[in-house]
Amino acid sequence: MSTLEIKDLQVSVATDDGPKEILKGVTLTIGDGETHAIMGPNGSGKSTLAYSIAGHPKYDITGGEVLLDGEDVLAMSVDERARAGMFLAMQYPVEVPGVSVSNFLRTAKTALDGEAPKLRTWVKDVNAALEQLNLDPTFGTRSVNEGFSGGEKKRHEIAQLELLNPKVAILDETDSGLDIDALKIVSEGVNRFRAQPGKGVLLITHYTRILRYIQPDQVHVFVDGRIAEQGGPELAEQLEAEGYDKYIKASAAAHG
Amino acid sequence: MTDAARESVQAALEQDDRPRIVSHLNPPPSYDLGDHPVPTGREETWRFTPLKRLRGLLDGEASDARLTWDQSVPEGVTVRTISQAEARELGEIAPNDRPAALAAANSGGATLVDVPAEAEVDEPVIIRLHGESVDDLVWGHLVLRFGHHSKATVVLVHTGSARYCAITTVLAGEGSQVNVLSLQDWDDDAVHLGRDAIQVGRDASVRHTSVSFGGDLVRMHANVEYSGPGGEAELLGLYFADEGQHLEHRLFADHNAPKTKSNVLYKGALQGQGAHTVWIGNVLIRQVAEGIETYEENRNLVLTEGCQADSVPNLEIETGEIEGAGHASATARFDDEQLFYLRSRGVSDKEARRLVLHGFFQDLIRKVGVPEIEERLTATVEDELAKNVLKGYEPVPT
Ligand SMILES: Nc1ncnc2c1ncn2[C@@H]1O[C@H](COP(=O)(O)OP(=O)(O)O)[C@@H](O)[C@H]1O
Ligand SMILES: [Mg+2]
Repeated sequence: MSTLEIKDLQVSVATDDGPKEILKGVTLTIGDGETHAIMGPNGSGKSTLAYSIAGHPKYDITGGEVLLDGEDVLAMSVDERARAGMFLAMQYPVEVPGVSVSNFLRTAKTALDGEAPKLRTWVKDVNAALEQLNLDPTFGTRSVNEGFSGGEKKRHEIAQLELLNPKVAILDETDSGLDIDALKIVSEGVNRFRAQPGKGVLLITHYTRILRYIQPDQVHVFVDGRIAEQGGPELAEQLEAEGYDKYIKASAAAHG
Repeated sequence: MTDAARESVQAALEQDDRPRIVSHLNPPPSYDLGDHPVPTGREETWRFTPLKRLRGLLDGEASDARLTWDQSVPEGVTVRTISQAEARELGEIAPNDRPAALAAANSGGATLVDVPAEAEVDEPVIIRLHGESVDDLVWGHLVLRFGHHSKATVVLVHTGSARYCAITTVLAGEGSQVNVLSLQDWDDDAVHLGRDAIQVGRDASVRHTSVSFGGDLVRMHANVEYSGPGGEAELLGLYFADEGQHLEHRLFADHNAPKTKSNVLYKGALQGQGAHTVWIGNVLIRQVAEGIETYEENRNLVLTEGCQADSVPNLEIETGEIEGAGHASATARFDDEQLFYLRSRGVSDKEARRLVLHGFFQDLIRKVGVPEIEERLTATVEDELAKNVLKGYEPVPT
């Protein structure tokens, strides 16, 4: 079982001109086993939502709550959130020079489980995960994200998703910058993950393309730090045809 | 070329377009002690060094104390003692500062490690030098000679304690492939002044690595010059300064021949009150040195308050006809984005820092190219990390 509740979340960042409000009260619940898509134009606050839930120090939570199975996520440190079952596939994964992918994966797995994984099965699992995402077996010896192509970075994020197997995954524009083959491979990985019982997915995207491969239960349209509209998968098709303009205008009219 | 480098090229050319023979960064080499007066500490080349902590080394008192010498020498390589005069005849590079001149004068003879021409020796020559006490004043004198088209690795490991002052010359013959590593793994109170100077033969390639972990005060020179075109030098360094340690590395790449290359990468970490590191990267591109390439980089990771990392790249250029010249120097704390990324995978703050540091050094250790030593370096870094880094560090809740 896993439910992620986001209640009236308000977030600002510090700028030279003082705090700037980015999320202006976001409420949504990802029920047990559900996949929700968040779609919105650039700069609407999608990454801010993802990072705030994961606990990035840059963002100040000024109001609201985030609960994972009733537990207060915002009170946890970044690594506690991961150990509680949260996972964020980043829009821009970070380079960690000199740390090999295998070392990184093993360290993360050990931290999550509280004990080192059994060597033989672990190596097998890692190789299988890499292979399924069409990553070369030598990938494990490369430094984390260093010199990776855009597609490799995203596939590596999904390999982590599968190996670390959280309760709820937030995928921040995992589809952007991928060609159609890579998009399919990545989508298959996400679908394998959510085929397990009780797994939640918050799929953040700018485009409708990925929703052809990953069927969401609900779609939320995100504009200017708020949810402007929500509905079922048909909303994605409507956005595909009409774009965000109507929501941007409505938001500007309503909130100035 | 980076913008910074392009600017310094421009500045150097505008400043002075007369041909110069002598670099202002580096005093002319000489065996004559009169040419190397006792420093006051105000000199450009001494201003970072705490002279008091040299424990009288610069007085130049005679001493016949020695470090214990334990060597493993693969077949084909010979090690023998030669006189000071013989060292000079072999083409040793003359001292460029007072400690080196004192070592040459007081050593009473040099040790020659001799790799014959065309010999290809896979196994490294390993020389372990051990000192018993900081009360011992030891003058060291070494010549590492690599015959033309030879290929070999020499590793020097320094442990224990002493006041050790040494002059070392690496002679890399034409077309040779040379790998030299000097590891300073001293006890806490040791003082070590070392000058390594490398002559890179025509089309030879030399890698020199200096690793400093231990010692109260360590000051190492790695100087490179070329005896013909086509030579390449890679100068690597790794240091880890704890509380109260002074670790100084001074590089000088003297591009005195055309079509030569130098590539410098030094990485260091500092932690604890009074940890001080100094990195000086001098590059001189002489008028004859057309078509050369040089790049130098120094990165420091400052782990706690109370540390100081000085990092000074200098580029002196006498010709505009170069292929490429650049430098980068950065001193930073832990990168928040890296820590966040690791922690978002469940890794604790402390473990994330350990991992980032491990990676920071591993990146360099991988380039060293001596598998026997790579493991030891990794292990020593791990030990340092376990023992010292993050000691008393309280993670900030976020
Ligand atoms: N450190 C910051 N300083 C100022 N503005 C920021 C900062 N970080 C994000 N923003 C602003 O917050 C808004 C939302 O950004 P983001 O969450 O990245 O949007 P999205 O992911 O939807 O493209 C943008 O207008 C962006 O410029
Ligand atoms: Mg974004």
